[in-house]
Amino acid sequence: MLINTQNWKQWLEEAGDMSRFTGRFFSQWFRPRYEITEFFRQCFIVGYRSLPLVGLTGFIMGLVLTMQLRPSLIDYGVESQLPAMVGIAIVREVGPVITALIFAGKIGSSIGAELGSMKVTEQIDAMEVSGTNPFKYLVVTRVLATTLMLPVLVMLGDAISLYGSYLGVNIRGVTSFDLFWTQVFDNLSFGDVVPAFVKSFFFGFAVGIVGCFKGYHSHKGTEGVGRSANSAVVLSSILIFIIDLVAVQVTDILGLN
Amino acid sequence: MESFQTLAVLPDMPVKAGEEVMRITGLYKSFGDNHVLTDFNLGLAAGENVVVLGKSGSGKSVLIKCIIGLLKPDSGRIEVFGKNIPDLGHLELDQVRMKLGFLFQSNALYDSMTVRENLEFPLRRHSIRISQREVDELVQHALDDVGLVHTVDRMPAELSGGMRKRIALARTLILQPSIILYDEPTTGLDPITAKEIIGLMVEIQEKYGSSSLIISHDMTCVRMASDRVVMLIDGKCYADGTYDELKRSADPAIKKFFE
Repeated sequence: MLINTQNWKQWLEEAGDMSRFTGRFFSQWFRPRYEITEFFRQCFIVGYRSLPLVGLTGFIMGLVLTMQLRPSLIDYGVESQLPAMVGIAIVREVGPVITALIFAGKIGSSIGAELGSMKVTEQIDAMEVSGTNPFKYLVVTRVLATTLMLPVLVMLGDAISLYGSYLGVNIRGVTSFDLFWTQVFDNLSFGDVVPAFVKSFFFGFAVGIVGCFKGYHSHKGTEGVGRSANSAVVLSSILIFIIDLVAVQVTDILGLN
Repeated sequence: MESFQTLAVLPDMPVKAGEEVMRITGLYKSFGDNHVLTDFNLGLAAGENVVVLGKSGSGKSVLIKCIIGLLKPDSGRIEVFGKNIPDLGHLELDQVRMKLGFLFQSNALYDSMTVRENLEFPLRRHSIRISQREVDELVQHALDDVGLVHTVDRMPAELSGGMRKRIALARTLILQPSIILYDEPTTGLDPITAKEIIGLMVEIQEKYGSSSLIISHDMTCVRMASDRVVMLIDGKCYADGTYDELKRSADPAIKKFFE
């Protein structure tokens, strides 16, 4: 038999567990006690500390994308449209998806490993014994932080990417700073910016909830911690592409394309 | 108990010496077809040190996690200060947990926090209204009890196994528990450090008059720390007596532990 029924059963069970875990998040996030201090601490960790990596990759991405597109645009005689084209590509698609994937690699794995290690060393049980709801303290704060911080990182990443693109445009040609930004903003519309911004919240939520789920259900000692971190990145990366696919369809249906 | 006078805000659960503080009756716990605890019974008196002895995988840790409320038993009663743990809601359970210290087998110190933050955590999370000065004093006293005041600003990763166990014990002590539950307190320690930890446990029990329920298969720990030994075999309380009484037993199942 080509389809391994045991694997399917395991996969469906995990999907069910994850749905319950997500449901638990929605049932608990707005109820007191509110972990405000821990939430801000997590925002600092997942947001501020990810900025250098997101900025660096964004800058390189903008630069490379511009240099790769130039020959094709020259062939069609529309080299002057380079800033506009790169701007739309970065804001609509490349910026949010690449930033989310970098975020999944850095933050998703870190959450998976941290909670996994806390689980196997009984730190989560110790929190519960110390009068703390560990789900709220560890999961709700992290998921809210990733959901709110990723859109901010995407915006900053897009901006840094466009600076990279400006450099790319000027490596082989001469375009003034004002002309570059005018071309970028003149060709960007509401339908380019808003859907990309909105889907970033979903990307952030996916990274947070998958990282927490994998870490929170870690077992089999240190080997399990490594597996949690790894599967958190793999699953959240897949989810980012699936969400992106759905977002494109929804944007199309709403006529925002 | 001069060092803990500032904790007067904790719920009052006065007990007289010798009075029963914990009673476990007809406890059952299974995981699928694996019946871990079957009709387990146990009593613990104020000021008494009871060791639950059993081989690995016999359900000792499951028992202690049922007592602290981390696992829910299938049936049976676990009465702590007259309150049945499985019936308690979150708030009531938190109140009981403030008087029920738990030393985890793996210490469970929070890696991302300093020793000071680790010790402050239970005080802050249980919503005890005390000033920062009082918190500092309690941290100081708890560390003093375990002889590690100088480690207050260090991270758990910078400490040795024995030191981490002492810090975990200090964190357990900070709420001045009436009952301390020890889950395999000497696991992973060398024989000398293990003896030091056992000595510390006995010293603390004598100093504060608390009761202890110790889960262990370390015979040195059983010999040094127990007033009474309960043997957990096949999910039941197989034998109950002092260390010397059980050592003299002719029962092969009991003799195996003392050989």
